Amino acid sequence: MMQLIWNGIIVGSFYALVALGYSMVYGIIKLLNFAHGDIYMLGAFVGFFTLSSFGISNETSIPLLLVVLLLSMVTTGLIGVGIERIAYRPLRRSPRLAVLITAIGVSFTLEYGVRQIFGPNPEAFPIRLESSGFEVAGVRVTASQLVLVIIAAALMLVLAHIVERTRQGRAMRAIALDPQGAQLMGVNVDRVISTVFFIGSALAGAAGVMAGAYYGSIDFLMGFIIGLKAFTAAVIGGIGNLYGAMLGGLLLGLLESFGAAWFGGEWRDVFSFAFLILFLTFKPTGLLGARVVERM
Amino acid sequence: MTTLEVADVEVYYGRVHALRKLSFTVGEGEIVCLLGNNGAGKSTTMNLLSGLVRPKSGRVTWDGMDLATAKPWDIVASGLIHVPEGRRIFSTMTVHENLLLGGYTVRDRRAVDERIERVYELMPRLAERRRQQGGTLSGGEQQMVAIGRAIVGGPKLLLLDEPSMGLAPLVVKQVMEIVAAINAQGTTVLLVEQNARAALKIAHRAYVVETGSTTLSGPAAELARDARVVEAYLGS
Repeated sequence: MMQLIWNGIIVGSFYALVALGYSMVYGIIKLLNFAHGDIYMLGAFVGFFTLSSFGISNETSIPLLLVVLLLSMVTTGLIGVGIERIAYRPLRRSPRLAVLITAIGVSFTLEYGVRQIFGPNPEAFPIRLESSGFEVAGVRVTASQLVLVIIAAALMLVLAHIVERTRQGRAMRAIALDPQGAQLMGVNVDRVISTVFFIGSALAGAAGVMAGAYYGSIDFLMGFIIGLKAFTAAVIGGIGNLYGAMLGGLLLGLLESFGAAWFGGEWRDVFSFAFLILFLTFKPTGLLGARVVERM
Repeated sequence: MTTLEVADVEVYYGRVHALRKLSFTVGEGEIVCLLGNNGAGKSTTMNLLSGLVRPKSGRVTWDGMDLATAKPWDIVASGLIHVPEGRRIFSTMTVHENLLLGGYTVRDRRAVDERIERVYELMPRLAERRRQQGGTLSGGEQQMVAIGRAIVGGPKLLLLDEPSMGLAPLVVKQVMEIVAAINAQGTTVLLVEQNARAALKIAHRAYVVETGSTTLSGPAAELARDARVVEAYLGS
């Protein structure tokens, strides 16, 4: 029971990291960025590429993992900014469907671009988590699992601080509420949107590296399912809401962990997407997505 | 001295001809009012000045800056600050956060804090509600937040679009007093109003805007007695 919870928290924190970028981008430009899951995949491949260029494999060093994590985050962050510049910004005033279709196009471009470079077969991720660990309240916890969860939590705390307390964060929330109103405050909307893409993509990249180390193997389509899962997590929490994405990610991780244990692993995805449908039908604003009534 | 000059400006929304050879000027230290009915082009004019709408032809200059091409954020940073129609308060953010956003382009954080304190002195109601979400305030309070936000930006020219809209007469009077007080401290004001009576009381000069052009202009006191203005905008 406790083991299921712990496993759910680990996977849930990956989902939460990816869902955050999904939700932030939706919040600020109302785009469902279907390429977001592929940024997670790119994060894993940037880590893979860097490590294998140095001839590293089968490593278990946690400091090395942190270095690679940081490098992947910066790289995927910049890629995210580039994607917005090239693919989404020219369509800022176009119908939303056009941007949505473009996002799917970007997704395919990333997936099959990586396939061209690294081939279709799964690759073994060069850093692995050691399996020795300790028991807490009947739960097997390894040091590296703990590190992953702590990193994820730290990243979310930093993000919450940026959004809640800084000038840039205020500008982000202002654009999400009223883009034109934000411009009248002198907010450089283009720059803030770029920042959001950087942060969101960096978080997805981090999740990619962490997942590579956690699952041990990576492939060019690994971002597809997690993109959908992150979308589900964002919807469960209330899309556009930061804490909603975190909560939704964790809940989804837990739901899957229990669902897979009770109904069998092959039901895992059915279980999550059934929840997506339930939420979209009965509570499309999600758990934390309630609107404030406006008085005039 | 003229600080804002709009000359022969044409604006189209698709095929709709919104502004037709619109021309007017605003001098430093003045309160100038644009009067006109719904759809006359008043809000379009405001959006033109803050860079949200681009002219097809004509000249729009402010303090040596070409507003026809300048980016909205550079316009705000130069001291031309637009308080939009409907106030546009960031509803889920607190009053204090709204005011902080007003100072977004101001690099000097101390100046922002000082100006926010000044806003709280000028409008003590906002100080009481600084932690409250903007969307929960009354219309009059929201209008004060909107004007306060602009003050924090350090305006040299303040554009006010229908500040009296939807407010009770007593509140309108308070808002107009605040506008006059801001002007008395040296800020130039361009005021767009349907409530001509309230606006002409504080304005120095006024223009009447009809179907995208200025048709009448003059000192506010004279326009307030002009038979055409009285009939169309003041009632009897």
